[in-house]
Amino acid sequence: MTVALSGGEIAARLEERFPGSVVESGQDSLLVKSESLRAAAGFLKTAPGLEFDYLTAITGVDYYDYFEVVYQLTSIRHNHSLVVKARCYGRDNPALPSVVGLWKGADFQEREIYDLMGIRFEGHPNLKRIVLWDGFTGYPLRKDYL
Amino acid sequence: MVIKTEPFVVNIGPAHPSTHGVFRMRATLDGEVVLDIEPVFGYLHRGIEKLAEERTYTQIIPLTDRLDYLASMSNNLAYVLAVEKLAGIAVPERAEYLRVIMAELQRIASHLIGVGAFLNDCGAFMTPILYMIREREKILDLFEMVCGQRLTYNYMRIGGVSHDIPEEFLPALKKFVDSMPGFIDEYDQLLKENEILLARSKGVGILSREQAINISASGPVLRASGVKWDIRKVDPYSIYDRFGFEVPTGSAGDCYDRYRVRVEEMRQSVRILKQAVEKLPAGEVRSEVSHLVRPPAGEAYGHIEAPRGELGFYLVSDNSIAPYRFHVRAPSLLNLTALREMVVGWKVADVLAIFGSIDICMGEADR
Amino acid sequence: MEIEERAGLYIYSDTQLDKEEGERIEALKASSQQPLPDPDRWLDEELRRHILLTSVDAVLNWARRSSLWPVVCFPACCAFEFITTAASRFDISRFGMEVIRGSPRQADLMITAGTLTWKMAPQVRRIYDQMAEPKWVIAMGACAISGGIFASSYSVVPGYSRIIPVDVYVPGCPPRPEALLYGIKLMQDKIAKRSIITEV
Repeated sequence: MTVALSGGEIAARLEERFPGSVVESGQDSLLVKSESLRAAAGFLKTAPGLEFDYLTAITGVDYYDYFEVVYQLTSIRHNHSLVVKARCYGRDNPALPSVVGLWKGADFQEREIYDLMGIRFEGHPNLKRIVLWDGFTGYPLRKDYL
Repeated sequence: MVIKTEPFVVNIGPAHPSTHGVFRMRATLDGEVVLDIEPVFGYLHRGIEKLAEERTYTQIIPLTDRLDYLASMSNNLAYVLAVEKLAGIAVPERAEYLRVIMAELQRIASHLIGVGAFLNDCGAFMTPILYMIREREKILDLFEMVCGQRLTYNYMRIGGVSHDIPEEFLPALKKFVDSMPGFIDEYDQLLKENEILLARSKGVGILSREQAINISASGPVLRASGVKWDIRKVDPYSIYDRFGFEVPTGSAGDCYDRYRVRVEEMRQSVRILKQAVEKLPAGEVRSEVSHLVRPPAGEAYGHIEAPRGELGFYLVSDNSIAPYRFHVRAPSLLNLTALREMVVGWKVADVLAIFGSIDICMGEADR
Repeated sequence: MEIEERAGLYIYSDTQLDKEEGERIEALKASSQQPLPDPDRWLDEELRRHILLTSVDAVLNWARRSSLWPVVCFPACCAFEFITTAASRFDISRFGMEVIRGSPRQADLMITAGTLTWKMAPQVRRIYDQMAEPKWVIAMGACAISGGIFASSYSVVPGYSRIIPVDVYVPGCPPRPEALLYGIKLMQDKIAKRSIITEV
């Protein structure tokens, strides 16, 4: 059985290493500050005992006031999982750091979120539209797209 | 005399017999050697994630049918599991068994096409796939008995399955389960030691263990690279912990291993089917659930081991009758991340063999 | 691990290619907001038919309808019902159609099996344009007729008739192989009524 790690415990470890990086933590997820997302992800990937080597999925959710990007992490070595979230504000030019350098599986998924939701991922090597064509106006998965 | 060649660009697809749908690659070639490849998606992007946000939870089931149209039952299962996790709905025992039977039949049907199409791409034109469609038709007949459709089943429901199996289903299933290992032996006899197949696939398109994990590969692609990772074993859903079966893995991570893993998985699926038919209990097939399910506000990620890999549904509910957000973790899309790593340095003819060995379905990759 | 810089690898500009493709899609989308009329000239053909040419017509049409060669146009789900129709159980070769061509220049029938998106539309139009005359189109499945359950989507073309003229519509999601075979029979009946007089 894949063990879903408690967000609180991981948050304490992250706070110890990068003070001020965690915004809040719940039973099954933790929300990190967008500026420290890259560092926190690097820590989660390599920290002994955690070693989240497998990025299961990335999703973006539009909550009108902010966009939330959800990272489902899994460790194949220890068979446990964790949900990490990050938020970005503003509807004109929301941006988050890219994690492609850590997990290559993020490549197409970040491009898809950029395409359909309009969140830019800073540091992505090839950030352009993936499923829609060049010149398509609007971002369909945003809640205000009709 | 040395001839200097300039690299040039060849466009493969989207309407190409070997791209399994409408996938497109921009390949940069030096003579026949591939220097780089850029996959282009979106020729089948139908906006399913957006359409799902305006439908009720039950109305979404037909949309999931059309994601991976070679494994509709698996898509149904993954989706209803995610909704049940979100809303906390229990499923009757008989329905759990029926779901496992359908999912395993679907795995065999899907792998038959996956293997057949791969052999087609390797140059065994039409003959193997005709053999495999012969067996697939038997499975489709079984599905038609239970739900009346051949491709898009819409069979699972939130809290069970849509209706019970007819009485002629079990004898037909038993007959199929008894005869299927013989057919798999027949394919092995023709193909396992086939020299052309070995030459075309052994050592071709190697994906190392570390690469496979790093690019989030799943399913047979991940297991052929030597990672023993099957959601049915590591995170058992439904009632998979009650069945005995092995997780076949490869060692080299080449095209041949991916092909072998699929064939072995078919054998294991037959094993699960045998046990499920024996244990199938009587009783209800659907718990009392309203058609307008209103899960409490929150989010859930439900995942299963679909034929192509880890299929997950991420649902966000705002306590209304339609999901606030509906996201599909599509194994085909993520497995295709590996394509570039695998094909660079190989010849053009190998590109299609390697691509065929990933076994993708564009309906799911583009959504 | 960092991904190496990709820009230098390409000898073409992929952004330029993407931009041009986007422009083609937008142009086609703008010019195909209304469905094309279905080819139905043959309906009043009986009136205009020249007596001397009937037997020539009969021979030509017999030859044309008896060996239709379909072109590969398999965007989505219906493709697998088409492949099953072509395989051993339903055996499309009973109608002289077992030669499925990868090249549109060798084909005279397009069976549009699957959902058409605006991104794919220019390619389908191009395949159709490349087919040699005379040519026919069977729209297979709900998506091909009207967009089906995806009709309200932002990226789906509501029916192939926006892009190419369609001769026979086969409903179903997906249609059973028997339904497709019946559609093919209708197509052959339709071809049998053609006359070379009305061809321009």
